[in-house]
Amino acid sequence: MSILVGRDTRVLTQGITGATGQFHTKACKEYGTQMVGGVTPGKGGTAFEGIPIFDTVERAVKETAANATVIYVPPPFAADAILEAADANIPLIICITEGVPIRDMIRVKRYLAGRSSQLLGPNCPGVITPGQCKIGIMPGHIHQPGKVGVVSRSGTLTYEAVDQLSRLGLGQSTCVGIGGDPVHGFEFVDVLKLFNDDADTEAVVMIGEIGGSAEEEAAAWIKANMRKPVAGFIAGQTAPPGKRMGHAGAIIAGGKGTAQEKIAAMRQAGVRMASSPATIGQTMQEALAH
Amino acid sequence: MNIHEFQAKDILKRYGVAVPRGAMVTTPEQAQAAARDLGGGLCVVKAQIHAGGRGKAGGVKIARGPDETAARAAEMLGKKLITHQTGPEGRMVRRVLIEEGLNIEREIYLAIVLDRAQSRVAVIASPEGGVEIEQVAENQPEKIFKESVDPVIGLAAFQIRRLAGKLALGPELARRFGAVARGLYRAFDECDASLAEINPLIVTDASEMLALDAKMNFDSNAFFRQQEILALRDLDEEDPLEVEASRYDLSYIALDGNIACMVNGAGLAMATMDIIKLYGGEPANFLDVGGGADKEKVANAYRILLGDARVRGVLINIFGGIMRCDVLAQGVVEAAQQTSHKVPMVVRMQGTNVEQGRKILADSGLTITTAETMAEAAEKIVHAVKS
Repeated sequence: MSILVGRDTRVLTQGITGATGQFHTKACKEYGTQMVGGVTPGKGGTAFEGIPIFDTVERAVKETAANATVIYVPPPFAADAILEAADANIPLIICITEGVPIRDMIRVKRYLAGRSSQLLGPNCPGVITPGQCKIGIMPGHIHQPGKVGVVSRSGTLTYEAVDQLSRLGLGQSTCVGIGGDPVHGFEFVDVLKLFNDDADTEAVVMIGEIGGSAEEEAAAWIKANMRKPVAGFIAGQTAPPGKRMGHAGAIIAGGKGTAQEKIAAMRQAGVRMASSPATIGQTMQEALAH
Repeated sequence: MNIHEFQAKDILKRYGVAVPRGAMVTTPEQAQAAARDLGGGLCVVKAQIHAGGRGKAGGVKIARGPDETAARAAEMLGKKLITHQTGPEGRMVRRVLIEEGLNIEREIYLAIVLDRAQSRVAVIASPEGGVEIEQVAENQPEKIFKESVDPVIGLAAFQIRRLAGKLALGPELARRFGAVARGLYRAFDECDASLAEINPLIVTDASEMLALDAKMNFDSNAFFRQQEILALRDLDEEDPLEVEASRYDLSYIALDGNIACMVNGAGLAMATMDIIKLYGGEPANFLDVGGGADKEKVANAYRILLGDARVRGVLINIFGGIMRCDVLAQGVVEAAQQTSHKVPMVVRMQGTNVEQGRKILADSGLTITTAETMAEAAEKIVHAVKS
């Protein structure tokens, strides 16, 4: 059934009355996602596009049996929204909001430890199982159902890669954007494990970028455990050190986190690396043919 | 965001960390007066720029008495200081810090950093202070000590004792070290810092413990609740085009090449720089216009790109799901018609209303080349710039 989300996923929107929340809730509903409720404090009892709105996540879960939530609330309130969702034991929490302070995320991660909820993001495009369930801000129409899993730290670069895959006839099982912040939920390794165990996924595309060591950790895990072909790309090969390239986490600090190190680690783990962002799809095709 | 040494020391002082007596000045006369106020003895003159490596580059000088202090300050003020971190163009020195000279017995390293792999903050300490910590980490990793901090508990007393023990500090210095470590952690935490570093933390011949140098960086995502920190921003230390871009909520980083690029999304923007290089060109910048950019934002972005006189061509790469290509095209056309700096432009766009967008570009009367794929776009702009 692919990973994380599918036909049975019942989704809440936290921040459903804001412009971003409305726009994407509507788009996800039109895609076929079961959007079962929304949460905005003070707006309980109203509705948006036929979707009931509640004052609290706890109440929304009780009334709708939601098992996933997507967060579009502004940065100062995003951490609290994640805590509220975790307190209501929602299994999958997806935070799209960009600009959440690192200090808030450190506390959120501490709160999540030992709880049943899993967090994707923040500052991520979300997750999509093509043809079944889209949660987040990615354009649904470029995706096709299929057997390639996609995991990425980026948004639009992922759309680029997905578009290349679809044009080559390589559909996707699930596409997961883990986000570009230094402190976030799902890591590459968490998603790779799920793809490795998923009967519907035959191969994986992994897209990383400069900063941190998540790609190196993923490479070590792939080398030891991955049973499926992996194609990869690392963005930021031309990025100068010490400069934050848009994403809060995309920075080469103290000579660490360079694209070159990451590419070498992934190659060494047997990942087939695309040398150009224009050949990610083709590289996956080659990895599948081998 | 970075701040100056004297600003970081002001913050640390508020959190109970001892720093040398001193004053920030902007003229040699003020420097002389500051030296007199400090007792007229040995002084240190330190250039205040947002870059490390000042000592080796001549940005930190010792002076005997007020007259020499004024002379050293005059040598630095209004001049460019080139360190290994400033790049060859250097940084203009507008301020110097005058501090009392101290007799140093020991130099320790102490810093609070974000440990991404642990999703926590870590305290790093080393007996090898006063040198670059990256070098110590590489050559003597056994001399780097780390404590991971639980955000709910904060830096615990036993962790401070453990560090003091590893640094081989006696009971009195261990007590002083505890106050410094607690103060540094609180400053980091309460100010939403992303780095707080004291290098070196010195022990004087009178067994005082002081922060001889201090560096702090801050998480710009937290500025909505850190107005006091934001007020410390020094626009003189930033690239003027980057400052201008930040005004329009555009994420722009100036680079050394001559092909400007405008992209939506940070990952795709980095990948676009990479593919320009792959085809033999050099990117002039990183620019992420963001998700829902409107016509004005696109026009401002275009103007900023062309504000760099070295630019010989523009590559626009938009993969819009949500971004409307007609809006993008309108913004680009309006901005291009207004600017006098005419250069070849290649536009690759995917997304909503792409046909309308192409029509706007074609009807504009401007020489705009369109491309279907990223590779085609990169190839075309590199070719146009080289010919």
